[in-house]
Amino acid sequence: MRDTRPTVNISFDGVDYEGYVGESVLECARRNGVTIPSLCFLEGLSVWGGCRICVVEVAEGHRLRPACATQVTPDMEIKIETPRLRAYRKSVLELLFAEGNHVCAVCVSNGKCELQDMAVFSGMDHVRYDYQAPRREVDASHPKYVFDPNRCILCTRCVRVCDEIEGAHVWDISYRGEHAELITEMNRPWGDSLSCTWCGKCVAVCPTGSLAYEGRSIGEMEHDPVMIKRLAVARSRGEWLDPEGAI
Amino acid sequence: MAAPIDLHEVMEREREERFRTRWRVKACSSTACLSAGAGATIKAMEDLVERDDMVLEVQVIPTGCMGLCSAGPLIRMMRRGGDEADYRNVTPEAAVEIVRSHVLDEEPVPEYQLDTSMPFFTSQERVVLANGGVINPDRIESYVAHGGYQALEKALTTMKPKAVVEEIRKSGIRGRGGAGYPVASKWSLLAAASGKTKYVVANGDEGDPGAYMDRTIMEDDPHRLIEGIAIAAYATGANQAYIYVRAEYPRAIERLDRAIRVARRNRLLGRKILDTNFDLTVEVRIGAGAFVCGEETALMASIEGRRGTPQLRPPYPTEKGLWGSPTMINNVETLANIAPIISRGGDWFASLGTEKSTGTKVFALAGDITNTGLIEVPMGTTLREIVEDIGGGIPDGKQFKAAQTGGPSGGCIPSKFLDTPVDYDSLRELGSIMGSGGLIVMDEDVQMPDVAKYFMEFSMDESCGKCTPCRVGTVQMHNLLQRLCDGTGSKQDLRDLEHLCSVVRDTSLCGLGQAAPNPVISTLQYFRDEYIALIDQQEVVHA
Amino acid sequence: MSDTRTRRVAGATDSQQGDHPSGDNRFDLVDKHLKRARYEQDQLIETLHVAQDVFGYLSEDILIYVARALRLPPSMVYGVATFYHLFTFDPPGDHSCTVCTGTACFVKGADDIVQAVSDTYSVPAGETSEDGSLTLKTARCLGSCGLAPVVVFDGNVLGHQDTESTLELVAGAVGGGG
Repeated sequence: MRDTRPTVNISFDGVDYEGYVGESVLECARRNGVTIPSLCFLEGLSVWGGCRICVVEVAEGHRLRPACATQVTPDMEIKIETPRLRAYRKSVLELLFAEGNHVCAVCVSNGKCELQDMAVFSGMDHVRYDYQAPRREVDASHPKYVFDPNRCILCTRCVRVCDEIEGAHVWDISYRGEHAELITEMNRPWGDSLSCTWCGKCVAVCPTGSLAYEGRSIGEMEHDPVMIKRLAVARSRGEWLDPEGAI
Repeated sequence: MAAPIDLHEVMEREREERFRTRWRVKACSSTACLSAGAGATIKAMEDLVERDDMVLEVQVIPTGCMGLCSAGPLIRMMRRGGDEADYRNVTPEAAVEIVRSHVLDEEPVPEYQLDTSMPFFTSQERVVLANGGVINPDRIESYVAHGGYQALEKALTTMKPKAVVEEIRKSGIRGRGGAGYPVASKWSLLAAASGKTKYVVANGDEGDPGAYMDRTIMEDDPHRLIEGIAIAAYATGANQAYIYVRAEYPRAIERLDRAIRVARRNRLLGRKILDTNFDLTVEVRIGAGAFVCGEETALMASIEGRRGTPQLRPPYPTEKGLWGSPTMINNVETLANIAPIISRGGDWFASLGTEKSTGTKVFALAGDITNTGLIEVPMGTTLREIVEDIGGGIPDGKQFKAAQTGGPSGGCIPSKFLDTPVDYDSLRELGSIMGSGGLIVMDEDVQMPDVAKYFMEFSMDESCGKCTPCRVGTVQMHNLLQRLCDGTGSKQDLRDLEHLCSVVRDTSLCGLGQAAPNPVISTLQYFRDEYIALIDQQEVVHA
Repeated sequence: MSDTRTRRVAGATDSQQGDHPSGDNRFDLVDKHLKRARYEQDQLIETLHVAQDVFGYLSEDILIYVARALRLPPSMVYGVATFYHLFTFDPPGDHSCTVCTGTACFVKGADDIVQAVSDTYSVPAGETSEDGSLTLKTARCLGSCGLAPVVVFDGNVLGHQDTESTLELVAGAVGGGG
């Protein structure tokens, strides 16, 4: 499909690109093959803007802006790989690693984890800060899936997909600040949930090994976040209604 | 539909009532005086009047805050058409003595008398707090008698909405909630926004520890707030307003609820206000203990009954706010300034304060200072005047060390800057902010790293948990500060702390996170030697 | 405000076997609020306030009841209730001692008061003692900074407190402690 939206000229790290009016900086970068690291953003879901990995420098402003929630404007000069931004990204990642119990060597998602990839990409090889080492219990009560809160980074992809795409709203965040945690229904075991439809979308979108299929061993869990984009696009175009254009 | 209130008739009636008795006793019944025992004092005076048959001689009138909270309970004896005498620390027994002495012997009681010629009273300029200690907050008539609702009448009957906004622009007033955004700009944005439904919200979620001016306004002068809201709504084309109040202020909630009911009955709210074509509904919404809800987008989430987590901006509330409709959020103190501006004109307001920070500001003076309480001074008054003259200096012969403004989002100002005029821009230059107006004075005994740790603990507890830097960064900064304060920190810890300060300041989502490192940054800027001393101490121990 | 509500609650407790389908008449008070609020979902926080006033705390049953009444997902109701610090999920103790830890009170030594009560009655701040006699809470500024440090004991606001006077106060109501 040809895009007929009006365009604007922008630049990423001094290289000129064309962006569409109404498009976010992150979308524009991805479309043009420019890498802006991000975690909580997922195409097909609403923008959350909480992980702060995707912050970029926009030349005319003083503040950093999240690429996922900033629209491109004419002649925008976007900086991604500055020493300051690299240092900040690394620090934010270190904070995430310090917060949970992320032990890649025993994780179902080892080698297929977005958090891990991000750490490798950013050159984060150690954590300066104290590990908070929270005590959190794994919820294996669901017949099909396992929830390990130790690996949760509170990106809320699962909360959003369950609410916005599946319409069940099984997940939500409880408490706040450092005590914030992911819950199902009344903070009861996932297996007892009456509203869960077993659709597995939350598992598909999880960027870490926090949500996984039951019975997967180390490094065996592969997520499928792109599925949500397929669903969202198909739904917005009403493709299920058209017998000719089935997916 | 009942006829609307006749403001002039009420004024007349109140004037007669005022001259009915030879003596009037105004007794402060604000929260601070009540906790100091004002309830018993007022009861004692009422009993006395009843028992000694002085009903025709004396009337006892409970009023709002008189200001000098540290000397409560406060009362004021007022003779018809004549002298006044203020009293402090008035116990029930003292009250009986004072009333008797005045009424029977025409003699004051020097033992309890309060010197109203001291700078605490003479250096103040009361606009927002003008009715404190004057009106009875429970009676709309009392507010009307002192000029209340005349600004609303003037705006509705003689001014176009655009002219109201123009008057506000002329006044130069900036938002009193902290950031100091020009109020008129916000109003014009909402006025220009399209949409059938628009909302005005009064932000009474005063979470800044040490600040209680908004509570005082809501409790002691609720109609002034309602009048300000009504004028704001008229100027911007809104027909629905909310007052968001912290649940920690039950008296404010009760008073506002009652004031709204009374205003509706008198056709000052509701449909066809004062027989014009302007309709407005005002509702109170209650918070539930979350500092972050003072942030505009979090406040709106809370009004909608959701978790009070800040949302990304843009879109700004004036484009897409409550339930997707254009919404304007103003601080309670800002709205309390509106009626006087409309009554007396924007030029009058602009003549107060400094060029860029007009008007007055209410401060809650607390901490290591002789006179604690609520004060209102013109913008640009120096810190020295506030601390030394109005505040009466530091007790026990101790030295002033720092003044903390802006609460957990602000900073500490050391003594070398005591001559700085207090306005939005000067405070920002010093690395602090005006904030909502908490002003805590600290003497030489206070250790600055402890203060930084205290505020970091606050920010950590109040972080909503949405964004990583604030949720985890505040915990890590608190850990580092804890180690430094315990004397077990290293130079590397200090370096990590400074780096984290920039990370959290620059990458957090909302104002709470971005400002959370401010107390650390400002104490490091002015009191770095105290941090270094804590490290050296530890290195000596190890050697 | 709290006075009248407490009285109503006490009355309702006496006749718990009531007409309400749940068998607990206190739910009537919640229902009354819900009806007045026209079951609008944005009334969640107000409803939780009413429920907490009526029951003293928010149990899981109450949260589920509110979620059903407002047709909200249970996880959302739980998320909202736990977000706000004023909601409590355990029954409160017989007496409550709240120490203000706002800046003015902090500067004047409020932390020592909290520590002393906490140590004497072995009850961590924010919790209720094991025998259920005392709930120790801290508040972020009660707005009575002129009276710092401030302690609220069973609803009475007391200014200019120190460790000794507070311990005396608590001992007077709860007993020796230890």
